[in-house]
Amino acid sequence: MKNRLLTPALLLAGLAISAILPATGLVNDYLQFVLVSLAINAILCVSLNLVNGWMGEFSVGHAGFMALGAYASALLTVRLFPGAPPWLIFPLAIVTGGSVAGLAGLPVGFLSFKTRGDYLAIITLAFLMIVKSGLENIPFTGGPRGLLGIPHFTNLPWAYFCCVVAFWGVRNLVYSKFGRGISAIREDEVAAESMGVDTRSAKLAAFVTSAFFAGVAGALFAHQLQFINPSSFDILKSTEMLVMVYLGGVASLGGSLLGAGVVTVLTQILQPLGTWRMVVLPLMLVLLMLFRPSGIMGYSDWSWLKPRSERNPKPKPEPKR
Amino acid sequence: MTPLLEIRNLTREFGGLRAIADLGMMVHDSDLMGIIGPNGAGKTTFFNLLSGIYRPSSGEILFRGNRIDRLRPSEIARLGIARTFQNIRLFRELSVLENVRIAYDSHLKYSPMAALFHSTRLRQAEQGSTRAAQELLDLFELGSLAHERAGDLPYGSQRRLEIARALALRPSLLLLDEPAAGMNPFEAMKLLDFLRWVQKKFSLTIIIIEHHMQLVMGLCTRIEVLDFGVRIAGGSPTEIQNNPRVIEAYLGAEGEIP
Amino acid sequence: MGSLNYFCQQAINALQLGSIYALIALGYSMVYGVLSMINFAHGDVFMLGAFFCLLLVALVPVPFWLALIIVMGSTALLGTLIERFAYRPLRKAPRVSAIITALGCGLVIQNVTLGFSPYARRMPSLLDITTYQFGGLSISTLQILIIGISLSLMVLLDYLIRRTPFGMAMRAISFDRATVPLLGVPANTVITITFAVGAALGGAAGLLYGLAYPVISPTMGIAVGWKAFVAAVIGGIGNMRGAVLGAFLLGGVEVITVTLLPSTYRDLVVYSLLLVILVFKPYGLLGKPPLQKV
Repeated sequence: MKNRLLTPALLLAGLAISAILPATGLVNDYLQFVLVSLAINAILCVSLNLVNGWMGEFSVGHAGFMALGAYASALLTVRLFPGAPPWLIFPLAIVTGGSVAGLAGLPVGFLSFKTRGDYLAIITLAFLMIVKSGLENIPFTGGPRGLLGIPHFTNLPWAYFCCVVAFWGVRNLVYSKFGRGISAIREDEVAAESMGVDTRSAKLAAFVTSAFFAGVAGALFAHQLQFINPSSFDILKSTEMLVMVYLGGVASLGGSLLGAGVVTVLTQILQPLGTWRMVVLPLMLVLLMLFRPSGIMGYSDWSWLKPRSERNPKPKPEPKR
Repeated sequence: MTPLLEIRNLTREFGGLRAIADLGMMVHDSDLMGIIGPNGAGKTTFFNLLSGIYRPSSGEILFRGNRIDRLRPSEIARLGIARTFQNIRLFRELSVLENVRIAYDSHLKYSPMAALFHSTRLRQAEQGSTRAAQELLDLFELGSLAHERAGDLPYGSQRRLEIARALALRPSLLLLDEPAAGMNPFEAMKLLDFLRWVQKKFSLTIIIIEHHMQLVMGLCTRIEVLDFGVRIAGGSPTEIQNNPRVIEAYLGAEGEIP
Repeated sequence: MGSLNYFCQQAINALQLGSIYALIALGYSMVYGVLSMINFAHGDVFMLGAFFCLLLVALVPVPFWLALIIVMGSTALLGTLIERFAYRPLRKAPRVSAIITALGCGLVIQNVTLGFSPYARRMPSLLDITTYQFGGLSISTLQILIIGISLSLMVLLDYLIRRTPFGMAMRAISFDRATVPLLGVPANTVITITFAVGAALGGAAGLLYGLAYPVISPTMGIAVGWKAFVAAVIGGIGNMRGAVLGAFLLGGVEVITVTLLPSTYRDLVVYSLLLVILVFKPYGLLGKPPLQKV
């Protein structure tokens, strides 16, 4: 009985720490900013990993889902309910952002029924360009200049909380029949269908969940930077997400954390390089594909991230001859 | 008595090529049917039509009296038809246990929302599925390999795993596509005993495509012969062995079937 | 009479844009044909065509034809380098790896160029341009040149593919890469040359684009090059005729869009058109689904 409560207790402690830490003065504003960015990146990474890692697809357009979440949540807090109290409006904005993005995941999911591989990559790319171009042309969303004056609702506790929820949600999905179905699709879609896997439900579940959490990350992002415009969500943003997934490890929760961590830190370290900074990420992507395509922790995970029942039993010691 | 499986005028064309032409057949409960024929005769295409991977160009397939030829493979699998593949299509990166559990998943009934929250009900269902899968693996002498990566298994174990996985669907009809491929005659005969046991234990009807003649003649109660997509003969093993058309299809002129 | 004039004028613009798109699109399709991979870096090779020309002319004033040849040679070399070091090691890897690498290469090229030239540049004019007037229509020697050169290159390519042994080898590889070497065809050489030819065409397109629309920027690879990619996909990627068809179709659509809507809608229309076509014809207008043996 004691064991069951350990994980929730630790997580709650983490939440408390994240709330108290800023007040203690131990963590300056910059460090807070980095930690929040880390949490946002972790959510993005684990959401993309669901489609690119576990399902083995190639979605290039996830920045589009992030954009939808960012804009939907920002429009809520800036245009619809300005001045509403944060504790009320922020959770609503986050859920709205996630839901709008999740809804957009449906058509992409449907399109993935008949198309795979290259063509799905093309479709997700088109999706990204359409979202970006659409946002640039709608005056209500601020056009190419974007939205300003978004309230700074994102703080460490909120970022931490959403990150935990995202990882918990994806973990539960992965260790269920839907997750197994998704992995089966990656391995061999024809065999999966022949073994009774409803590949359509699985694909929809993957895309919608993935899009939802990308939207959540977008909402957090918007309320951290306080300013968003369509060019924040372009192919370079998608590339950032791809590096996180393929560096940390495909189909891995721990890998998602790792990848997000490395890329967040790297982005900060490389700041002084200016425009040249943007050469590093794509270069990393190329090197990863050439030398370590499944990433550091591909297809494996730390035990403490898996549900108790899934942790492998210790192998029995060989009997002495 | 309604046959378990009935094929009527089944035809499948690819461009100008008729892979299966006007095929007709009946399979009854507990039959052990063999499908033989030279390479390219359309045997695997036939299985692909049965399991829903291909749609017929014309004709009907009836399972327990209901048409299944327009259904998706996953629906057909849930109705009780399971299969193995000529080239072994395991989920290589996944564990042996997971391979079997995936087939078993079609019996689990919970929604994506329930999965997201991992309710107690889900956990119980999952535990049940793991137990059932492990038992099945134990029966097939793969139990100790449960957490191994499926792709790492030796060839013979992979074949057995594929059959175990198919059985996790709890099918009434099992389609085996060249299960003895790559086996020497000794192993093939062991497989024969194994399949007889499987059929009894799981109360199955089995259709098997094979080139190993001893296996087919020893196992099957009925044999259908295909050549160029056409059924050229059907009957008991002895009848087929002595059928001149069959001999000609394999060897072109006079000769015996090996 | 006035609207007919306007229509013809726009048709000439569409022809010009379409020809440039066609040169780039052919590069995408050729590579997809032999390697079944989307060479995302190709758009940036196109961009470099324009920038190489800029650099060349700044260093050594050369006449137009020489510039064209030098630029085509340089981009051809670049194309072979990318193939040799970024794509060839991944021949046996899952397709996803190759596409991602291509994306990465393209972005590296773009961002390095951005590092050297953060701002858009003006391409110097390499020719004296005369504009002719035919009863209300104006057409310049530049437009004639662009359309002419593009069409000539396309005809040359068609000859190469359909009537030379090299072309036959190229087509053979697109059907069955594994057995072709067994027949004595040096597959690697054929693939390298395919990349070189495709990149050369892309480079030529870059130079011509720079002359036609003199403001060039390092982000041109995505802004323009990817639209040619869309054209190739719409036509059916891997299919040469499809690439050309898609390119002129897209040129026409873009020109029409700009007359009816603000120019910021261009991308939206182009990519939406792509999605719509893919929904109804998942392999493009002239494409065929890949055969999969089960």
